[in-house]
Amino acid sequence: MSSTRIAAVAALLGLVTACGKPADSVIQPGAGAAEALQRRLIEAKPGDIVTLAAGRFEFTDGLSLDQSKVTIRGAGPAQTILSFKGQTGAGEGLLVTGDDVTLEGFAVEDTKGDGIKSKGADRITYRDLRVEWTRGPDPKNGAYGVYPVESTGVLIERVSVSGASDAGIYVGQSRDIIVRGSRAELNVAGIEIENSSNADVHDNIVTRNAGGILVFDLPDLPVKDGRAIRVFDNQVFANDTPNFAPPGNIVASVPSGTGIMVMAASDVHVFRNHLRLNRTAHVLVAAYFLPTKDAAYDPLPQRIVLHDNFYGPGGDDPQGMLRPVARAMGGRLPPVVWDGVDTFGGRTIPDVLDMLEDGSVGFIDLGLGSTPVDLTAARPRIQRPAPSPSRPVEPPPVHLAFDPAAPSKTGTPGDADPTDVLHEIIDAAARLKEIDKPAPSKDAP
Amino acid sequence: MIARCGAPGAAARAVCIIAAAATGLLTACADRGAGPDPARLLAGPPPSSLSVFDFFEDAASGAALMPRPRVEGYTLVNALFSDHAVKDRHVYLPPGSAIGYREDGVLEFPVGSAILKTFSLAPDLRDPSRGARRIETRVLVRRAEGWVAWPYVWNAAQTDATYAPVGARQTWDVTGPDGKPLHIDYRVPNQNQCKTCHQRGDAITPIGPTARNLRAVHDDAPELLADWRARGLLKGLPSGPLPTVERAPAVADASSPVAPRARAWLDINCAHCHQRAGSASNSGLYLGWDEPEGTALGIGKRPVAAGRGAGDALFVIDPGHPERSIMVHRMDSVEPGVAMPELGRSVHDPVGVALVSAWIAALPRAAL
Repeated sequence: MSSTRIAAVAALLGLVTACGKPADSVIQPGAGAAEALQRRLIEAKPGDIVTLAAGRFEFTDGLSLDQSKVTIRGAGPAQTILSFKGQTGAGEGLLVTGDDVTLEGFAVEDTKGDGIKSKGADRITYRDLRVEWTRGPDPKNGAYGVYPVESTGVLIERVSVSGASDAGIYVGQSRDIIVRGSRAELNVAGIEIENSSNADVHDNIVTRNAGGILVFDLPDLPVKDGRAIRVFDNQVFANDTPNFAPPGNIVASVPSGTGIMVMAASDVHVFRNHLRLNRTAHVLVAAYFLPTKDAAYDPLPQRIVLHDNFYGPGGDDPQGMLRPVARAMGGRLPPVVWDGVDTFGGRTIPDVLDMLEDGSVGFIDLGLGSTPVDLTAARPRIQRPAPSPSRPVEPPPVHLAFDPAAPSKTGTPGDADPTDVLHEIIDAAARLKEIDKPAPSKDAP
Repeated sequence: MIARCGAPGAAARAVCIIAAAATGLLTACADRGAGPDPARLLAGPPPSSLSVFDFFEDAASGAALMPRPRVEGYTLVNALFSDHAVKDRHVYLPPGSAIGYREDGVLEFPVGSAILKTFSLAPDLRDPSRGARRIETRVLVRRAEGWVAWPYVWNAAQTDATYAPVGARQTWDVTGPDGKPLHIDYRVPNQNQCKTCHQRGDAITPIGPTARNLRAVHDDAPELLADWRARGLLKGLPSGPLPTVERAPAVADASSPVAPRARAWLDINCAHCHQRAGSASNSGLYLGWDEPEGTALGIGKRPVAAGRGAGDALFVIDPGHPERSIMVHRMDSVEPGVAMPELGRSVHDPVGVALVSAWIAALPRAAL
């Protein structure tokens, strides 16, 4: 029997799937595309690549992927657009619950809830993605742009998010995390690492959010005690969008104009970041300030280390709960603000903050003493805390076995380092951004 | 095709098989009428239509489903609200098997068994069984490796349902329970969405058939568990009356106290996700029947990832103030991103909202 006849018979029997290679077929936009894609995701097998053509896909319901070792690949974040403007169901645009999944090369727009959520999805890669609420900042936008939670192994690179009513790039209750080469703009929080451990957040552009980069540890969650986080080489500037978060969310308390904020987490090292034009403060270190009944929760940050950051102009118009404090000090805040809380439940710790910046970098300790916090008890002083007796050690770099940019033991000297390329992209983007800005009247002190 | 398959005689069957093979419908030609084929439930892909399972006699429009032998109908004390749909429940047990009794949690269903839930909607919800049309049947099959979930959508003639892994949407304009017009954007969940609610850790599990929820609603009503025990369909339940099995308070029983009914409503409508191994484990909000009154139940709990779902409220439950409680806000909403549960409803449950509101209103402020 000739192959032509075999194909004809197969087609007649409706058995195309057994002969052709539909697993590699490209899903095109247009009528029926939403259903075709969801069906493809349900029927995907480990190793499959689900390819989306360039164009605009419209969805009325959320998408979900529950299979492991699957890649969803579009033609690029500007070319393949998944629009959820007409969404009438589900809590997010795309939900991933399988392990070893790669999402790359597409955009998710205007979801009613979160953009892309992955839960319990280990070793996940978000790469070359765009998540955007196209109407700009609005309290009715979804909470998170990309939202991995309860996962071990998270790689987020070259992802841009704008418009999220909580955090653009949010990693929660996870461990072994890299967020790099990404851009967060016009969100309430640009990048947030929450109740998570072993994270490197570097080489990102974070601008025009209310708060730039947040490292938080919060009570009443199953995974707590976030620690071992490095925030470095990020461009964090002009985070000046008014905080548009719904009031009950903790992020609503972040003053607009905060560059990098560390709250209640431990072993967080913040270095070589470039901070400018953040109107409240470039760096804010604080305890969790509300009462909690969570007996297993420690609201104090511990072993927070700041060094070698560049502090440009900023702190000239403090917002939110820091506004009254700043008013008492002539309406301005220095680049680094610590709430001065080192006591909780009668216990005082000696190693909240190591402020290792050059002596010329301004600093204030609000002297609040203990948490829950009473802002009227502020006793500001400019003396830096004594160096920690525990001499904090920088956490080791995060290595993800599935990260293509991870140093390879077999690599030969002279091979191009993929992270160099990343740096070039970031530097170019940062230069472009600077051109848009009026020249500051004066630079760093 | 299926009707011809049922025709008697070897010749007719042979013709049928050939015809079926030519159109790739070989699976449709099992022995209809003999009841479910145990082998089909143990392995292989989902059949293309519900009738292939042979759980029911041939279905007809306007007539109730008639189960085959070993397919047992059952009812629950409380059911998840699903846009006012009426649900007919059946369980299939392979020959020689029985359900294992457990005092807590879902009963132990044997490998090869299946749970069938058929959803119907009536044109006038003041009489929800009259003129009801079947929309979907969800099939949960217990295999050696665990449960699998398959959705089937009924045809317009109401004679059969087709396997629909991506679910379906239907628009229903009905008369609501209050006599007013009600628009329902009914959604048959897709296969992944089935798992979202039926998840425990990485596995799928049934939700409804617990001993508590299978008790008779009233003392004088027949006890299904006792009946199953007597007929050998349930093993492990001690003989005698059923005093050891606590009865779930019936949500609809307005004569019984509010608090247990509200907790029962949360248990069946929320706790499948809002429990420590469920899809909403990361929220830290746990709404199961046994959860003590505290932060994890939502009392004085601040939102974490609720986003705009929190509305203007500060706490999941603000004792004494349902109007300031995120829980009520989300139960009352139909907006995606706000509405809870996230799946399975496009209108709100007025009974549930009123009940949970009344419970929160009576919670003491001291609980905060």
